[in-house]
Amino acid sequence: MNLTLALFLIVIAITLGITAWASRRTGTTVQFWAAGRGIKGWQNGLAISGDYMSAASFLGIAGLIAFNGYDGFMYSVGWLVAYLTVLFLIAEPMRNTGKYTLADVLSYRMSPIPVRSAAAFSTVAVSASYMMAQMIGAGSLIKILIPSLDSTLKPWFNWTILGTKLDPSITVVGALMMIYVIAGGMVATTWVQIVKAVMLMGGAILLSFLVLLHFGFNFGSFFDAIAKVKAANGLNFTQPGILYPYGKTQVWGIDKALLENVSLGMALILGTAGLPHILMRFFTVPNAKAARQSVVWAMGLIGSFYIMTTFLGFGAATLVGKAKICAAVAPKCTPNSNLAAPRLAEYLGTNFFGTGGGEFLLAFIAAVAFATILAVVAGLTLAASGAFSHDFYVNVIRTHILHGHVSEREQVMVARITAGLVGLLSIWLAARVGATANAAALVAGVAFVIAAAANLPAILFTLFWKRFNTWGAVASLVGGSVMTIWLVSIGPGWTLPAVAHPAFPLQNVGIVSIPIGFALAILGTYLGELAKADRLAERKFHEIDVRAQTGIGAEPAAAAG
Amino acid sequence: MPSKQAAEADTGPPLEEVAQWEGLEQTPEFKQLIQARLRFVLPATAFFLAYYFLLPLLNGLAPAFMRTDVFGHVNIAYLFALSQFVMAWLLAWFYIRRATRVFDPLAQKVRERAARGRGAAS
Repeated sequence: MNLTLALFLIVIAITLGITAWASRRTGTTVQFWAAGRGIKGWQNGLAISGDYMSAASFLGIAGLIAFNGYDGFMYSVGWLVAYLTVLFLIAEPMRNTGKYTLADVLSYRMSPIPVRSAAAFSTVAVSASYMMAQMIGAGSLIKILIPSLDSTLKPWFNWTILGTKLDPSITVVGALMMIYVIAGGMVATTWVQIVKAVMLMGGAILLSFLVLLHFGFNFGSFFDAIAKVKAANGLNFTQPGILYPYGKTQVWGIDKALLENVSLGMALILGTAGLPHILMRFFTVPNAKAARQSVVWAMGLIGSFYIMTTFLGFGAATLVGKAKICAAVAPKCTPNSNLAAPRLAEYLGTNFFGTGGGEFLLAFIAAVAFATILAVVAGLTLAASGAFSHDFYVNVIRTHILHGHVSEREQVMVARITAGLVGLLSIWLAARVGATANAAALVAGVAFVIAAAANLPAILFTLFWKRFNTWGAVASLVGGSVMTIWLVSIGPGWTLPAVAHPAFPLQNVGIVSIPIGFALAILGTYLGELAKADRLAERKFHEIDVRAQTGIGAEPAAAAG
Repeated sequence: MPSKQAAEADTGPPLEEVAQWEGLEQTPEFKQLIQARLRFVLPATAFFLAYYFLLPLLNGLAPAFMRTDVFGHVNIAYLFALSQFVMAWLLAWFYIRRATRVFDPLAQKVRERAARGRGAAS
């Protein structure tokens, strides 16, 4: 266990070193929010991968495949194909018209006060759900992999704040992410994400190589072994239909499993294009061409990684087996799918290099997972504090309500303060929500649905629909978020134990809430027209149309400094 | 820039500026750029959405077909899922090629025209 702790400390030392270096380059707003727009295309591609492939991808998908076979792979497919939406429709126009946040693009045409407030709301809703899942995952991971750290820290964090007892592991992760973002802004966040992406790819390649080596690089015998693993319903692990069994129950006259899968797919491939922390990354490159290149780099890395998730997941299913994928510290083995990759690493290490090898690989994969979580939560903190400070404080309150001029110094200071507040709030919330562990996986999925139902219609229509106006934008940003959260809250799976007859039958609510988000955007636009509320939006369309496509007047890269 | 943008948002852009952007929107160069983009992006988006959703639909509607083994125990469902990665990479590659060869030069033409037409346009 000391080995794991040592590797964790190395990860912490490297990332803090990066932060110290970056802190000297975060004096201005463009440096703090967009790393001076000096990140190269391939670097941003790595950083997008680092920002995107969360613990849910690495530990979650490997675990889903290890426990449910093929169906878990559907997540991998959706999460890659999603980048085509980003590449074709979003990345370049965003870079051409935006400055630091999603709301910058929207408020180009729309009335800034309502649209920035609404976008800040949806950004916080998306980032908070995503963050909760990551932090809770981080907490349980550290507790299982290095219980000594958790128990050593316990006396130090023995505080109860507003009725919630702080969780030592969550607090450590939260404290680190606050240091990265407050001291190093986007520069530190970017490089932490790049280091993490390299570590994650390295870990996945190593484990995949060892799995395939175990089967003598013979795919035939690998798949023979997978087909021997059977689920309770008689299907083998190469076959679809284990996670969501087809042909069992019907909803609205259609097979429920089919609806769940299509609904999940909609959230995955449309949600990515609306994730604020991913969109923010496109403002860090010098121009639209670099934004385009960064998506392609990210697609190469993310795609390769997700193909490897099948080797990890199927490898864990065949070599370790569900019955043995659990936390060793527990008196009884309670299967925990998040541990599929670490347990596989332990098995392969022991098998090829003896006991010491097993311990080392387990520690290494734990450190990779730790770095993964740190990089993702840093990106989320930056996005959420951007919504609070840049959109809400600087642009709504100071500029448009108080009509003041906000100095660079004040903007950066407020950005740092809000990042700190976001960090503290999420440490507290994660400790509170963490008590109901089942909610963790669900809230990560909710983030994608909100992004697809609230943010995507607003972005697409702002860029491409001439008649779109403030009413439509606010309707989709607020309506899409609220609708999604409401449907999830009355659906199955939110409460424990699951309700037998929930008011909304599906776990994946995207198939209903995403079309509603788009419909609200359209309906709001026509109502706004009837009310003659917003004449500017249509006039300004010509400008955003030309600028989005050509890059005329796009924010330049800051001078190298 | 931010203060100028703020002032515009409250009062609306001056009409001559709107006319300038609208004028640029009407130039043959810009229309050509939009057409070239649409000609690629619309069919490509329709294709990838259809191809992607075919996977869960077939898994649900034709499970026996999808569970057919092609070689050994590698079945159609797994191969089809893998083909999605190849499809995404290929489309991304086609897009990049088209963007560098066609879209970028056209956008450059529009930018030049804007610079000529409006003096120092930015």
